[in-house]
Amino acid sequence: MTVTAGTQKAENPESDQRQAPRNQRQFVTFTVENRAYAVDIMSVREIKAWTETTRLPHQPLYMRGVLNLRGSIVPVQDLRARFGMGETEPNESHVVVIVVVEERFLGILVDSVSDILTVDAEEIKTVPAGSVAAGEDFLEGLVNSEDGMVAVITLELLFNDISDDNGL
Amino acid sequence: MDELEEFRTIFFQECNELLGALEEALSEIESGHADSDNINAAFRAIHSIKGGAGAFGFDGMVSFCHNLESVLDKLRNDQIVLSHDLARLLLRSKDIVADLVDAAQSDRGGLENMGTDVLAELKHVLDHGEAPSGSVAPAAPAPALVVEQAPAPKSDDAQNAVEENDEEEEEETASEREVIIHFKPEPDLIRAAIDPLKLFRDLQALGCVNVSLEKESIPSLDSYKTDKCYAEWKVSLFTAASNEDIEDIFFFAKEYASVTFEYCAIEECSTPVQSAEGAQSKAPASVEQKVEAAVSKASADIKAESGKEADVVAEGAAGKGGKAPITLRVDLGRIDRLVNMVGETVITQSVLAQQASALSPEHHGGLLHAIEALSRQTRELQESVMSIRAQPVKNVFQRMNRLVRELNGALGKDVKLVLHGEQTEVDTTVIEELSDPLVHMIRNSMDHGIEGPAEREAAGKPREGSIKLSADHRSSRIVITITDDGRGINREKVFEKAVERGLFPADAKLTPEEIENIIFMPGFSTADAISNVSGRGVGMDVVRRNIQALGGRVFISSTPGKGTVFTMTLPLTLAVLDGMVIKVGKENFIIPITSIIEASRTDSHQISIMPNGTRVINMRGEYVRLINLGNALGEPLCEKNCQVLIVETEAYGQVGMLVDDLIGQQQIVIKSLETNYKRVDGISGATILGDGKVALILDVDTLAQMNLGSNSYGAFNGFSETVPAEDDSAEAA
Repeated sequence: MTVTAGTQKAENPESDQRQAPRNQRQFVTFTVENRAYAVDIMSVREIKAWTETTRLPHQPLYMRGVLNLRGSIVPVQDLRARFGMGETEPNESHVVVIVVVEERFLGILVDSVSDILTVDAEEIKTVPAGSVAAGEDFLEGLVNSEDGMVAVITLELLFNDISDDNGL
Repeated sequence: MDELEEFRTIFFQECNELLGALEEALSEIESGHADSDNINAAFRAIHSIKGGAGAFGFDGMVSFCHNLESVLDKLRNDQIVLSHDLARLLLRSKDIVADLVDAAQSDRGGLENMGTDVLAELKHVLDHGEAPSGSVAPAAPAPALVVEQAPAPKSDDAQNAVEENDEEEEEETASEREVIIHFKPEPDLIRAAIDPLKLFRDLQALGCVNVSLEKESIPSLDSYKTDKCYAEWKVSLFTAASNEDIEDIFFFAKEYASVTFEYCAIEECSTPVQSAEGAQSKAPASVEQKVEAAVSKASADIKAESGKEADVVAEGAAGKGGKAPITLRVDLGRIDRLVNMVGETVITQSVLAQQASALSPEHHGGLLHAIEALSRQTRELQESVMSIRAQPVKNVFQRMNRLVRELNGALGKDVKLVLHGEQTEVDTTVIEELSDPLVHMIRNSMDHGIEGPAEREAAGKPREGSIKLSADHRSSRIVITITDDGRGINREKVFEKAVERGLFPADAKLTPEEIENIIFMPGFSTADAISNVSGRGVGMDVVRRNIQALGGRVFISSTPGKGTVFTMTLPLTLAVLDGMVIKVGKENFIIPITSIIEASRTDSHQISIMPNGTRVINMRGEYVRLINLGNALGEPLCEKNCQVLIVETEAYGQVGMLVDDLIGQQQIVIKSLETNYKRVDGISGATILGDGKVALILDVDTLAQMNLGSNSYGAFNGFSETVPAEDDSAEAA
């Protein structure tokens, strides 16, 4: 049930020419509430089936708790709750995408993983000003795919509440 | 190049050890134990540092060490009388050496100018036989100490070249001089089976040797032949041996090399010291036998001289009588990997045990036995591994000596640091974290606690203040106390300041302890003027926070006019703990066994509610505050068959915790939540249970504090206990 994607560290799109030609980027796409989202493939470490997490006391609703990823304690965010669409009630068909940003691991709870998308950098369109609903300012841009629009998520912004008051 | 870099690293590691040994020996000397063991230990340490420094071309360090060594040499040969001033000068010199080592390590320049004043004082001692201040004559209150020379142990072990070298120097008279030898071998030297290293070792037997390589003669790589010797050396030898003895060493080598000798006298060594005879008639100092210490010093010394080829150094053979244990120098990373592996094994073992618990003993008796044996063995394995990482707190404690010395100078105070229990061992990870809090607390004691000498005299105290730093094991924690005999905490002033800073309203009623603990609050400082030492209002709150982050606690208690005690407790290790698995709602949590006092079933009639809504439980006639962990952790209790765990908190005494069930006791491996997430209030970490699920480790102290709300640092977010937090802070107001 575990798919491991790229082990190399991402952030620098220049370095992954082997996967995609210059100025092309690859994304893992997934759905939440029938909408398509994408994250850069280089930051995805692993895709896991949902397993029950351990709740952390007094955390925001979207913080689903922590899970054991081969001995490390990894927090899991409920993307639906993070986008203000209410809490997910996960079952076995739900998926946790494990991503890494700045050597910190984070799990993202999504409905399902759909595809790998390869696009030219210039095809990533900016989000129209004023179109973003409150709590949806995690988007880097929009991409048009065969199946419609895909919103590209800026992972750093999902992490921001973690680093905020970390270590006080 | 890599190898050289490695040697450098080893050299600096050894310097740190040697500086520790030096500090220890000199402190002993200062406190009146100026026996030959201590002086020899100091001598050997500085000699080794000098040797290493010479090898790496730190000339400034070499010459400073040389002078310090000469003073120590004269001291052990009774050519100088040890005065209090001299002992302090030696300690200050040690600090300079430490600075020089630091500077060399970080490649900072300015080595030459460092410690010139101390160097001048050392030279003064060499010339005149006493410390320069002059006001304290050897006959003055400071006890004049005479060095008693212990017979140098004879050893025929080849490795003991250094020892022998020391012995040689002991026999030297004041006619020691410097000999510069230029040694320029012909390319075929190696074919003639002449080993330059052997020559240098022979020279070392005559005295103190400093070898430097003249690099210019080495050709570029394209014309380099590996079987030729291109190097040229310049050897500076401090010796009393005759010219013939020196030249004899090169008797065979002369045929294959050009060797020139320059004999020159050094001023500071050439004048014999007159006071020696007088000193001998004084009462002999007590010679304390510290063979063990001496042996370990000696082996450290040899290690430094000869052990530069590998990071694993066996040092058994060098010990007198062969008693010294064999030690290995191992990279901490390797041990950490081992610790992690063992941690994983412990988890796997608990998975096995859990799975096996479902099996029937009749059919699987053998398997169950084996699993039981395995659990015993993994536990022992884990303990052994952890003990590898354990270190005495001595290293950290000794660093504080220097701090106190420097603060004495900066603050014009006269404070003595007394160490207790410095052999107490804790895990390396804890050791690293100890230093900063200690520095802060000692600074605080020196700056705010201990009065100046005049004020102390007026208060009927001895002029010299004292700070006692002690360490002790208490169950699975280490307790460190810092006790000063200063003026104690001025509670009125602290409270006044706290009101002024808006930390409390003026009419708040606080107990003396609460007032004393204000100094740990952020942004609080009572120093009227901001000094270099403390008073910027950062410090004690940071200390508390850092200690808490490690799962530790810190308290203060003080008696006005008598002094202040800081008590700091820390876990012995940050890697494992014995935990009780408890069930709260649907989740499992861990409470450290060490904080649990007892567990019992509850009857609802035992529980009463106080006027402010706090629940208390009557335990055999005593009321204990009760915390509903279900509320505290946001996991509602089933409330059917609740149990109460009485836990000991450091700040609030006994507290009862209402839980759903106790599942069992288990050794757990502590994992950090902060690696990938952040600190969560009331939670000190996490672990992985036998079923692979994560369980959170509860921090009973912060839980007790969060559910207290009666002081202003209880402002925790989104907390809904039976007692609303607002109510309580209003009450404190």
